Amino acid sequence: MSDFDLAANVTHAHESNDYGALISLFPYAKLLGIEGLPLGDEVVFRLPANKDNIGNPVLPALHGGVIAGFMEHSAMLHLLMIMGTTHFPKIIDFSIDYLRAGHYRDTYAQCQVWRQGKRVANVAITAWQTNRAEPIATARAHFKVDEA
Amino acid sequence: MSHKRLSWRYYRRPVFCTHKAFQMSDTLIFERAQRFLSALRHCQVLGLQVCSADPQGLTMRLPYSSDIVGNPQTGVIHGGAITTLMDTTCGIATVCVLPDFEICPTLDLRVDYMHPAEPHKDVFGFAECYRVTPTIIFTRGYAYQDDPAHPIAHVVGTFMRLGSGAVKSGPGALAKGAGQ
Repeated sequence: MSDFDLAANVTHAHESNDYGALISLFPYAKLLGIEGLPLGDEVVFRLPANKDNIGNPVLPALHGGVIAGFMEHSAMLHLLMIMGTTHFPKIIDFSIDYLRAGHYRDTYAQCQVWRQGKRVANVAITAWQTNRAEPIATARAHFKVDEA
Repeated sequence: MSHKRLSWRYYRRPVFCTHKAFQMSDTLIFERAQRFLSALRHCQVLGLQVCSADPQGLTMRLPYSSDIVGNPQTGVIHGGAITTLMDTTCGIATVCVLPDFEICPTLDLRVDYMHPAEPHKDVFGFAECYRVTPTIIFTRGYAYQDDPAHPIAHVVGTFMRLGSGAVKSGPGALAKGAGQ
């Protein structure tokens, strides 16, 4: 995939309010089954319940790493969408707090960019299942957003 | 009072994934770690393997696969796959220090990326428990490809102990019996 394809897919996602083509460029996002749901000018990401994402088999509950990967990828896509850049945001660090078990059901994530600098962006991510006021995890990440 | 910086000397050099490593590891801890891992479906999807496990820590392997690529331009694997490797490695490292199987949910995890992983190469994760209290286990570790002294990522994770009593009714019961 070239930079040009990425930019074209971001533009297409903006115009059509359909994130499917953009997300399908990323094999890991396809593996987890991540979807983007347009919500006005914003976007909520959804991780549909998928048996392959289960960690704890008895509860059953999603693997903590899946929740983290879903949130990290949501943050990256969110930056791509709002930055309108052709460069890949590159992860610098990622920190997650697990607040509740992620049960075997659909999970949602929304992102908030607290600071967008020339070189680095700081993004907070919240993930929930039944009720947005009862998040299953919160995370924050730094991404390198310049070309270098 | 010493204020020396924590150096790599504090970390045990991990053993690579070889048959020899298996022979060198503590068999009971190794088997417990494998049983634990075999119960985690997503880890089977990623193909995670326990390389070595002993009281000093645990090493696991994440095979390279085109399914976990995060940057299709370069073929570099997604940070989420490394987070899953390290969450699992830190979580299973708790069996290295606990006399009985206990459920230890992750409280938090932080991953600092030193540099991107090289495509088409496996990633190894090492983790150790550096402080164990009656309620909390503090773990740390790193992910690497060729050389443990040049990690891809450093990780710290905190786990809560629910006690071995929770095993009978909790997920540990299955983890305990999953390999049987």
